[in-house]
Amino acid sequence: MFTSILCLGGIGLIASLTLGFAAKKFAVEVDPREAAIMDALPGANCGACGQAGCSGYAKAVAEGRLAPNLCTPGGSSTLEAIAAILGIEASAAEPVVAVVKCQGDNEKAMPKYQYLGLTDCNAAQKIADGPKACPGGCLGLGSCERICPFDAIHINDKGLAVVDRNKCTGCGKCVSVCPRGVISLAPKSVTTHVLCNSHDKGALVRKYCQVGCIGCMICKKTVPEGYVIENFLASVVYEKPEGIETAIGKCPMKCIHDYATPAQKTAVEPDSAA
Amino acid sequence: MSLKTFAGGLHPPDSKSYSEHKAIEACPLPEELVIPAMQHIGAPAEICVGKGDLVKKGTVIANAKGFVSVPIHASTSGEVIAVEPRMHPSGKLLPAVVIKPDGEDAWDESLKGGNPDDLDAEALKKKILACGIVGLGGATFPAHVKLSPPADKKIDTLILNGVECEPYLTADHRLMLEESERLIDGINILRKVLGIERAVIGIESNKPDAIAKLGKECIAHKIEVVPLEVKYPQGAEKQLIDAVTGRQVPSGCLPMDAGVVVQNVGTAAAVSDAIRLGHPLVERIATVTGPGIKEPKNLKIAVGTPLQHLVDQCGGLVGEPGKIIMGGPMMGQTQLSLEAPAIRGTSGLLIFRKEDIDTREAGPCIRCGRCVSVCPIHLQPTLLAAYARLDLIDEAESANALDCIECGCCTYICPATLPLVQSIRYAKGGIMAKRRKS
Amino acid sequence: MNNQLYLSSSPHIHSGETTDKIMRLVIYALVPAVLVSLYSFGLPALIVILICTIGCVVFEALANKAMKRSCTIKDGSAALTGILLALNLPPTSPWWLALLGAAIAILIGKQVYGGLGSNPFNPALVARVVLLISFPVQMTAWTAPAILSTRLDGISMATPLGLAKEGVMLTGQLPEIVHTGLLDFFLGNSAGSLGEMSAIALLLGGLFLLFKKVISWHTPVAYILTVVIFSGIFWLVDPTKYPSPLFHLFTGGLMLGAFFMATDMVTTPVTGRGMLIFGFGCGILTVLIRLFGGYPEGVSFAILLMNAATPLIDRYTRPKIYGQMAPQKA
Repeated sequence: MFTSILCLGGIGLIASLTLGFAAKKFAVEVDPREAAIMDALPGANCGACGQAGCSGYAKAVAEGRLAPNLCTPGGSSTLEAIAAILGIEASAAEPVVAVVKCQGDNEKAMPKYQYLGLTDCNAAQKIADGPKACPGGCLGLGSCERICPFDAIHINDKGLAVVDRNKCTGCGKCVSVCPRGVISLAPKSVTTHVLCNSHDKGALVRKYCQVGCIGCMICKKTVPEGYVIENFLASVVYEKPEGIETAIGKCPMKCIHDYATPAQKTAVEPDSAA
Repeated sequence: MSLKTFAGGLHPPDSKSYSEHKAIEACPLPEELVIPAMQHIGAPAEICVGKGDLVKKGTVIANAKGFVSVPIHASTSGEVIAVEPRMHPSGKLLPAVVIKPDGEDAWDESLKGGNPDDLDAEALKKKILACGIVGLGGATFPAHVKLSPPADKKIDTLILNGVECEPYLTADHRLMLEESERLIDGINILRKVLGIERAVIGIESNKPDAIAKLGKECIAHKIEVVPLEVKYPQGAEKQLIDAVTGRQVPSGCLPMDAGVVVQNVGTAAAVSDAIRLGHPLVERIATVTGPGIKEPKNLKIAVGTPLQHLVDQCGGLVGEPGKIIMGGPMMGQTQLSLEAPAIRGTSGLLIFRKEDIDTREAGPCIRCGRCVSVCPIHLQPTLLAAYARLDLIDEAESANALDCIECGCCTYICPATLPLVQSIRYAKGGIMAKRRKS
Repeated sequence: MNNQLYLSSSPHIHSGETTDKIMRLVIYALVPAVLVSLYSFGLPALIVILICTIGCVVFEALANKAMKRSCTIKDGSAALTGILLALNLPPTSPWWLALLGAAIAILIGKQVYGGLGSNPFNPALVARVVLLISFPVQMTAWTAPAILSTRLDGISMATPLGLAKEGVMLTGQLPEIVHTGLLDFFLGNSAGSLGEMSAIALLLGGLFLLFKKVISWHTPVAYILTVVIFSGIFWLVDPTKYPSPLFHLFTGGLMLGAFFMATDMVTTPVTGRGMLIFGFGCGILTVLIRLFGGYPEGVSFAILLMNAATPLIDRYTRPKIYGQMAPQKA
């Protein structure tokens, strides 16, 4: 009994001494600011800053190679923390979130064909340009959902990607993975958006989607400063958001949506989209 | 006697009985021909006619652009009624020349044939390029490129691909039976172009009539006919070379690196027409078949004939169509509709009914290893698919994803019905994108 | 526009081979062994088999529900695990032991890793080994099969491997039965867990699987040959101390292991060469444990240990791809 306690204790002692010695002897010199910045970062390794992960970005910022305001997920609080560590003044970029510019779910948008195969938007897009008749609409196979490091975008039960604006940090991973370019980053303060990504002419859009923008210009007539129409597709002018929500009720296709009032029955409810 | 073959592969039911005994029939011209500029691997041809132009059969309507490209010709005489984006077999709207036939079907008078003995290899090659000859097995690789190996690659064998390992398709089979003279003439011309003696026709043993007929006729020309074991993908270039010569094409290289040039039997026949008659590649033999076709046939069709017209020639559809496939069931391309035209690479039109379609969802991989044992390249498809799923592009690259020939054996055999080929294709796309970036 | 057409990536035909079919065939292959066990041990055997099988299926369904996955009991893998587990238990196993085994097999052996296809170890063997270590008394309470016993509740009796080990330990010599009982062991007239006593029934099932091409020959052949050769060496050295290769073949779980456990696709290598190495490793370990280990039987441990080595084997047995050995004689 005593021997075994002695043995095990001895092994433990030797091991701990070795470890302690190794930690001192082989310690790597790190800029203490780098470690501090690393702690201030969210640690999601999302790559929004352009680096492979948070530690790479922390190193780059500590060495002064990159600006401290590139971490969109961290937002202003992270920026303030980094600024304090570096002893500099920094102005935060305006927080952004991802917006899925499509409301054409399985019930409202027509399929082009019945897709069989890999559950992945990029794989499906390779087959005759994707299974949805609309060339810009959300395919709903969830490439964005799988790549999101923050669990902030999901495919709903009708096959449409929906962003959780509270969780979204604006890192932009979903934007780059989407083969149809239906997701874009927009200032978080702007809550009214035209949720359509089809540049087809109105008559064609009507054929395949019940909630697609037909480029009728009514929104622009209502709020001339707040909307632009390009290639038969309206979009919001982010710099001039005053009063854009007044056009919501006027849109004949109900494709303008205000995220500030999620309960509002714009076009999220199927029954209102006749 | 054990027949020659390669390692790996499998035996899907060949389903050739639909059409293997049907003689080739000439398909009448449709109301309008839609001839896309994109019909071969490489750079698409540049359209050089406009609306209202009158063309003859064989008139150039699009010029080759670059070395790996060929010109495209009018498939009949008539008027160009439109040059616009039209539905392409790839499912996209791509530039095409629309011709309204005048019913004369008159050849362009400027096209002159000649005796191959009077021409040297270079002149023959030029003529093959001018006539737009591409590989007719389905890959549509420009023939003159394959026939122009760099000086340091010594070619000693010409292999004619008469394997037709894709189930359902019988176009090459019928060609070997009915048009063996053109075929043998084409082989002789190809031998002259390459300056070699040895020519081998590889035929799977499920076509004993073709083996017997060609075997008899080829003796006088010193062309070998090699019966091969029935196994898919015996007709894939690299597998065919392995089966016939026992040589392997080094990874990432071309058949010429193994001293071999492979051409489809249909291509050889087209070469004969190009040299003897001066006729460009404007028609081909295609099999219209499948459980969704009333009366399967082997048709000689004009390039640009809409698929709907082919179906009409075969008595129409049976039941509700589920999948429309251009090419064979293992490597063919599904179609959005019957609107697209048949092009130079269209070896067949295969239609399955709705009830023939397997819509089961894929299950988890149970690591049964069947995909590994059937892969003719000896890859590990399940591993590559897993890499693709996890976006591990570098790992997929080091596991030789780019060597995949997309033959479909792994997906065919997978008990979990995983779309392995599609996953590997996805990984290949990722690797190519990465290479372009760096 | 006809938007009801199916479009997909090639190929467009399928062999018809499915996971369910494979599982079903393996279950069919186990029928002879199950019948022998029912004949030999009667009602208690039936109860153990039923509890294990139903238990596994129910636990699988519960796990699917808890993890919000689609229900996977239809693929038959849970039922198969249940039957294999039952065949690995003694006929006298109390109901709670069988049920606990089912829970361990499905929950700890399989579902925590993500379900079918993701588990590194054979679930049935995980359960058996956990039970063997935790409940050594219940797990080694063997009874003689009905043929040898006139009473239905059976008399207790050691397994042939147990007898051999005991004999060598106590007297330094093998008991007589090791030399004379071979035919009985082969047919199944010996004590043991439900599924391991009849080598012939298992062999039949194994041959059926080989014939149906559900399993490839590599693993069982490598496993069995290795056991024969390796144990044969010891036997030649000292036949009084080491049992003959035939004894090793016909006793214990070797047949069950070689044909049904070491061929479990999920937990074994995918290439032919890998399977040969896997079988070889199992064979060596089995013989070593049987002859020199603390337990009389080593098949379960051997296979589990080799399961752990599977990723490594897979890594080093990647097939040489086409064109990488091109003989450049052109």
